[in-house]
Amino acid sequence: MHTVVLFAAAFLAAAVEMVEALTIVLAVGVTRGWRAAASGVLVALVALTFIIAVFGQAITRLPIDTLRLVVGTVLLVFGLQWLRKAILRASGLKALHDEDAIFRNEIDALQHTPGHDWYGFTISFKGVFLEGLEVAFLVVTFGGTQHNVGLAALASAIALVAVVVVGLLVHRPLSRVPENTLKFGVGIMLTSFGIFWAAEGAGADWPAGDASILVLLAVVCSISFGIVAMMRRSLRVEVVAR
Amino acid sequence: MKYIVRFVRFWYDFIVGDDWTIALGVVVAVCSTAIVHHLGLPAWPVLPLVVVVGLFLSVDRVRRSHRVPVDMGSGSKRSDG
Repeated sequence: MHTVVLFAAAFLAAAVEMVEALTIVLAVGVTRGWRAAASGVLVALVALTFIIAVFGQAITRLPIDTLRLVVGTVLLVFGLQWLRKAILRASGLKALHDEDAIFRNEIDALQHTPGHDWYGFTISFKGVFLEGLEVAFLVVTFGGTQHNVGLAALASAIALVAVVVVGLLVHRPLSRVPENTLKFGVGIMLTSFGIFWAAEGAGADWPAGDASILVLLAVVCSISFGIVAMMRRSLRVEVVAR
Repeated sequence: MKYIVRFVRFWYDFIVGDDWTIALGVVVAVCSTAIVHHLGLPAWPVLPLVVVVGLFLSVDRVRRSHRVPVDMGSGSKRSDG
């Protein structure tokens, strides 16, 4: 592989993984608060630094499929929870006004309790840790096969800077998106990534490789909107029947 | 003791949530995917199919137990999941 190709491959692969991590961190930051998201990122980076420093080359021998199986399954269960609740709210099956009250209570509790949002922290940590581990894996495998780990690491570092700059630019517009719409989107993404990783970890081969994630996103999105439409129509029929 | 109970409850709520059948369905689907793969068959359709059917059944179960439509709007404030 030519030097330019190695750089481009490492940059793109790292950027894709980092965008996935950024998506999760942005979602946590906007929906759960930036403190939990930032602390999750920080602890994940410290853990990654420690693992890479201690294990070095041994990272290539980590059972990435087992990691994908476990993290993908947890992510899928978690994403389905979000998606299910978002569908119920969008359908009118879950009380939005009650949610307002819960929201006020939660904010009030958060403001008066010196506790930490472990939900936000854990999701943020998990996203950054898994993606970071994959980036480290990519850098070592791409760079190792070409005896140029330094160049692959440089490409990943530049990808990190690019992705962080984009994240800083888009986080404000993202915070103006209605809450349930955002949760709908996050639920779709977590569910799609969860399906992809869990299936890969269980041994399945996706027909289109990594591009299958895009197909999964489209399918999960379409079906979710379809379920909302069905539930709304069902509720209208019930109202008219009275 | 109460800290252990809280810890276990936190992880149960975090991973399993409101509907335990979804978590069980995902675990069964992942195991089925591994079995189908070991049988030498294309295993990738198993998980998406089970997830879609499981999601629909879970939402439909709420609809069937639901008597009074509460709100047909689409926006909401933030809360957990």
